[in-house]
Amino acid sequence: MNESTNQTVSHSIDDCRNLDWYIDKFIQVFVFIGGISAIVFIIGIFFFITNEGIGFLFKSGFQLTPHAVSLLEEAKIPDDTLAALDELAGENFETATELEAALEDVLMPEELSQFQALIVKSAVYEPFSISEFFTSYRWKPTSEWNPTYGILALIAGTASVTGFAMLIAIPFSLGAAIYIGEFATGRQREVLKVLVELLAAVPSVVWGFIGLSIMNPLIIRLFNVPIGLNVLNAGLILGLMAAPIMTTIAEDALKAVPDRYREAAEAMGATRWQLVFKVVLPASKNGLVAAVLLGVGRGFGETMAVLMATGHTINLPTSVFDSVRALTATIAAELGETAVGSDHYQALFTLGILLFLVTFLINLTADLVVRGIRKG
Amino acid sequence: MNHEFSIESRQFNLWYGDFQALFDIDIGIRQGIITALIGPSGCGKTTLLRSVNRINERLGYVRTEGLMKVMQKNILDSDVELAQLRKQVGMVFQRPNPLPLSIRDNILFAHKLHTQSHEKLSRQDENNLVENVLRQVLLWDSVKERLHQKAIDLSLEEQQKLCIARLLPVKPSILLMDEPCSALDPKGTEAVEELLWELRGQYTILIVTHNMAQARRVSDESIFMLMGKLMEHAPTDQMFVTPACKETADYIEGRYG
Ligand SMILES: Nc1ncnc2c1ncn2[C@@H]1O[C@H](COP(=O)(O)OP(=O)(O)OP(=O)(O)O)[C@@H](O)[C@H]1O
Ligand SMILES: [Mg+2]
Repeated sequence: MNESTNQTVSHSIDDCRNLDWYIDKFIQVFVFIGGISAIVFIIGIFFFITNEGIGFLFKSGFQLTPHAVSLLEEAKIPDDTLAALDELAGENFETATELEAALEDVLMPEELSQFQALIVKSAVYEPFSISEFFTSYRWKPTSEWNPTYGILALIAGTASVTGFAMLIAIPFSLGAAIYIGEFATGRQREVLKVLVELLAAVPSVVWGFIGLSIMNPLIIRLFNVPIGLNVLNAGLILGLMAAPIMTTIAEDALKAVPDRYREAAEAMGATRWQLVFKVVLPASKNGLVAAVLLGVGRGFGETMAVLMATGHTINLPTSVFDSVRALTATIAAELGETAVGSDHYQALFTLGILLFLVTFLINLTADLVVRGIRKG
Repeated sequence: MNHEFSIESRQFNLWYGDFQALFDIDIGIRQGIITALIGPSGCGKTTLLRSVNRINERLGYVRTEGLMKVMQKNILDSDVELAQLRKQVGMVFQRPNPLPLSIRDNILFAHKLHTQSHEKLSRQDENNLVENVLRQVLLWDSVKERLHQKAIDLSLEEQQKLCIARLLPVKPSILLMDEPCSALDPKGTEAVEELLWELRGQYTILIVTHNMAQARRVSDESIFMLMGKLMEHAPTDQMFVTPACKETADYIEGRYG
């Protein structure tokens, strides 16, 4: 009796390994891989960008400019000297004197004097400093004489466009979210929500196209300015782009406010507006801040539309009618034309690191802010 | 019209969409006493209670017919201002629902809604008001040290008392309570019942309860409802001893759920 029970039990355990069991296991593993891959990708991307760009950040001292090398190559010097020179071109020296000493080792005296004659025409060696990267507004990576990598103008471009975009997107999206979440009812609300989501799905190149071919002539005509591709244009486009996503997130935040708060306030005689301003907004402020932050992140990282609508001109903007150039657009436009591993290439990846860090920080902050509500 | 009635209805009907939840309700709730609303689940107690301050209308698909008078004024008239009505008729919910504010701000919330900016109280007056109403609900001693803490952190009993307290600064004449003790433990229930006795006389109180013993303990009069209809309205002692309807007797003796 006892034995037979045991047998049935073990039998039924065996039976568990049927098709369902395998499907279940498979799905478990699949889902696990899916979850883990997010982490792997993030770390992978971070390492890739850092690896390509970090060399630039730690570069210091002096090196031969590519231009100086090419000038020497045109001058008649023996092949083996050239090879040694090429090797030298990639190296970094603490001081200019060390670089000169190294040059003296490689070149014959007469070649050296020939070379020095060229110096007059070209910068033989350039001082490199990371502070230039952050403090100079000159971004001239392709200059033959003296390439410089100052990103200040690019930062100003991105910041002005994103800032202007937020001036538009914040009131629009919060207004839309409040209307959809607190005032619209039934069908109207559903339709609006679907529309907002549709709007969020418009590809950025389409927005860029609108900026280029509709806003550009419009701005020129309305404000009588020579060019319509500027901070105003890109800011408007970017604001309209970011608003739907912000609306969706903000509306979720409003929805997360328990209905019993609304009921309590209404039962005390609050009007709809009092309800919104005194109860719903304070209760959802973390979620709303997160929505705004994610919108900022979106604006900051947007590439195509700003490439098309800013005018892509290096400039420290003084008015909304100035053309600018954004960090992201710079990478997109220039990376294809740089030699892998060159200074320019590395500088672009350094920009990538910067973008990655900033968006990462923005998202992290948004996440922490949201977590704040759950606790509070 | 009888002036001793705070709430009075005639042929009051209510529909949720196509579903009729209340049928020809005629009630007269006397001023200053506690009236208990009893009846089996789904009979329309909450619906009736929520018709008195028209909070049912939040749903958007509620339709009413008939007469519902609060302090001699038909609240279904088109010229009724909801804010004024709800100032006069306070409501306490089944689950304590303090706002996500500090204790102090919860108390002052309704008050601030109903005062214009020019008649704003000084901080000292506000403090007095807060102390005054918290004393009325027997909560002052336990919360006086933490008026600036979140109301959500209070115990459920304290939260429910706070939800009663926050109605008082605007001087309502009627308090509606929908099973105010159902989320509380026996001790909390006792404390809230004690509070009800304290408030008796100053306010007309209409309280929904599932607890027969509670209805007997706290109410002067009781209303028994069944399937959206008012079956019996009588002094509580009388209803519990010699109910007029058979259904009332059945319910009181526990023959319904
Ligand atoms: N929001 C609503 N929409 C549609 N029908 C509703 C709604 N609220 C209540 N009803 C219906 O109206 C009737 C009365 O409900 P009500 O909540 O007033 O009963 P109750 O007596 O308070 O019950 P309980 O004792 O369970 O709280 C029930 O049949 C219920 O299904
Ligand atoms: Mg109920």
